[in-house]
Amino acid sequence: MAEKKVYEKTLGVMPDVISGFCPGCMHGTVHKLVGEVVQELGMLDKLVRVEGVGCCGLGQQFVSHDVIIAAHGRACAVATGVKRCSPESLVYTYQGDGDLASIGLDETVSAANRGENFTVIFINNGIYGMTGGQMAPTTLIGMKATTAPFGRKVEEHGYPMHVCELLSQLKTPQFLVRTAVDTPQNVIKTRKYIKQAFQNQIDGKGFSLVEVVTSCPTNWGYTAKEALTFLREKMFEEFPLGVYRDKDKEEA
Amino acid sequence: MAERVFMKGCEAIAEAGVRAGCRFFAGYPITPQNEIPEYFARRMPEVGGVFVQGESEVASVNMLYGAAATGTPAMSSSSSCGISLYSEGVSYCASARLPVVYVNVQRGGPGIGAIQPAQQDYLQATKASGNGGFRMIVLAPATVQECVDMVYEAFELAQRDNNPVLVLTDGVIGTMMEPVVLPPMKTDEDIKAMKAKFADKACTGHEPCKQHFCFPGSVGTGQEIANKEAEKMYATWDKDVRVEKYLTDDAEIIFAAYGISARISRAVVKQLRAEGIKAGMIRPITVSPFPYEAFSSLDFNQVKGILDVEMSIPAQMRWDIDHAVQGRCPINECRRSGGQLLTNEQVLEGARQLIKEVL
Amino acid sequence: MERNIMMAGFGGQGVMTMGKLLAEATCDATDLKVSFFPSYGAAMRGGTANCFVVISDDEIGAPVCYNVEDLIVMNGPSLHAFLKNVKPGGNLFINSTIVTDPIDRDDVNVISAPVTQMALDMGNDRALNVIMLGVYVGYTDAVPEEVIIKGIEHKFENKPKLIPPNVDAFKKGIEIGRAQKK
Repeated sequence: MAEKKVYEKTLGVMPDVISGFCPGCMHGTVHKLVGEVVQELGMLDKLVRVEGVGCCGLGQQFVSHDVIIAAHGRACAVATGVKRCSPESLVYTYQGDGDLASIGLDETVSAANRGENFTVIFINNGIYGMTGGQMAPTTLIGMKATTAPFGRKVEEHGYPMHVCELLSQLKTPQFLVRTAVDTPQNVIKTRKYIKQAFQNQIDGKGFSLVEVVTSCPTNWGYTAKEALTFLREKMFEEFPLGVYRDKDKEEA
Repeated sequence: MAERVFMKGCEAIAEAGVRAGCRFFAGYPITPQNEIPEYFARRMPEVGGVFVQGESEVASVNMLYGAAATGTPAMSSSSSCGISLYSEGVSYCASARLPVVYVNVQRGGPGIGAIQPAQQDYLQATKASGNGGFRMIVLAPATVQECVDMVYEAFELAQRDNNPVLVLTDGVIGTMMEPVVLPPMKTDEDIKAMKAKFADKACTGHEPCKQHFCFPGSVGTGQEIANKEAEKMYATWDKDVRVEKYLTDDAEIIFAAYGISARISRAVVKQLRAEGIKAGMIRPITVSPFPYEAFSSLDFNQVKGILDVEMSIPAQMRWDIDHAVQGRCPINECRRSGGQLLTNEQVLEGARQLIKEVL
Repeated sequence: MERNIMMAGFGGQGVMTMGKLLAEATCDATDLKVSFFPSYGAAMRGGTANCFVVISDDEIGAPVCYNVEDLIVMNGPSLHAFLKNVKPGGNLFINSTIVTDPIDRDDVNVISAPVTQMALDMGNDRALNVIMLGVYVGYTDAVPEEVIIKGIEHKFENKPKLIPPNVDAFKKGIEIGRAQKK
């Protein structure tokens, strides 16, 4: 019987390297999607990843394209330098919530407001993963963290920060979307969003950010399956999925 | 001879950068160096370069890091408390071995200090401009012409070593105007050649699995290997030590000063010589690597005392002078601080006190 | 020979322009060393403004000097603040339209010119600095007068209409400076 190829691994990740992400973590899926869409766009040889600090740093040995490691929080500033000097490159930052929304909030907001023509992939799992479960700006009320052992309290820590909503107050950004990869349908949707975010860059449309709400079973203290439930019941409630800005649609 | 033009220190620094091939500048407003970013903002569009006003010093230096990672000749500038915020990015550039040039137009410190000129960042500049113990060549101009020449040269040194180079000046030299002769403009071909030299490291996109990394650190034992390589590079800097010895051959009194303090000291040396006093000056031009030899090789039977002249309290270059002199002659200090300028009169007074004590 | 000049007045009186014009013209038209150093008060307009020009045939040390050969004061507060900084035997140039207080020293040469009034009379109230520069050059011959005229032409390259009135203003100043020469 003749074999029929139904799936081929993207060339955007190394052929023989295992990602190193924890079981139940969704970073791997997002990496795959980035590789796939950029391969479809025929731009893998132009792709430059500006990598944040945290679990996203585990991706550096896993992807097959150029990687610039940024200091914690500075990915959007570094990407500004890269894209301005090398406009023919396809540049994206890959950052977690601590990196993008806490230490790097200034760099993120300012790059978005200048309309820098690169793509931001933002992984929001509500916790610091790499450093061991400390509270993030996106940690939910009541959720325990190693630096909030009694749970996040409004009176002490304030409410979780909503990055897409925050950035949608700016006039400049081209595309802001919050999505997830917890089901096949959501993976397909996210794939479409990531592709649009890169296409926007190719078309010179400016700042595009794809926020992916993901789970962190390890630091949430759940099994992978429990984490999925928490993601759907609690995280999506706090962080509603949807398109927060799409200038193409607004203009049309 | 090329025509001399009358330029402000900061503007001359910026023009020298452009002529040296700088095609990316990012910076954040801070007095007294605002004329540098302002000049680049006007000038970069004329040469096809990029100017970005960063949202902070932290962002600016990280933009510089990104620009340099593409192989683009890149530069930035700030002043004192702003330079403190450069520590992160400069350390990353040193670790990733990126050639960047930056300028510190020093003002009073510590803290927000004063917007007026000072020389209070010497130890930070020469010993620890960021975490991790990396080293840099630090050039200290004393005239606007030297600002121009040193910024131009800084690009060559940075590209030679793939390492940051700092030009350490101050608010007097940055603000004053003097005649300068500008160096030739690097052509587009020259700049292409600079980028080509970095092409095997540049992160601009490559075929899958033939990727480049810009890696300001390492895993496992890699960092130690990188640090040893960097140390080997630092060891080649003996040849880069530069120092001016002014009337030191028969000198009994030696002034030690860099930058603006050296200008003033020179005038006082002349005045003392006119009175028959054997005064001279050692002026470090590279403050890192420091010209220890110039001090350690002095004939201490002849030299009776050293006057360290700095616009810093406590004195900072004093550490390096002490290291070289090892107590073989008395060292006095003549200092101002916090934005207060040294004057000829004060340096002269400091010299007379030393002379009274040792001659 | 080194010559230290300090110029002081209100922001807006063109003190910086006066210093820069002298220094830049010296750079362009001579082989002398020259430096210009500006020092503003807290406000750009209405505050104090002073600058230092050093002209020398040898390398220049400090570009800021508080022991000067020449002091130009365009307003009263500057007179009181800086009179002590003139070397004995040095020259004090005053804008006599508004500097009317007595001079508390008898070891300096006082050269006065009502430059604010003259500028108003000429219908060119901003020219007071150029007139004063004329007075200075006419009295001291620190640089040849043609050097400054070239500088004025260079400064107003893009506004050629302003060249003749400013050259006139400068020449009026020269006459006053010459007339007070001993």
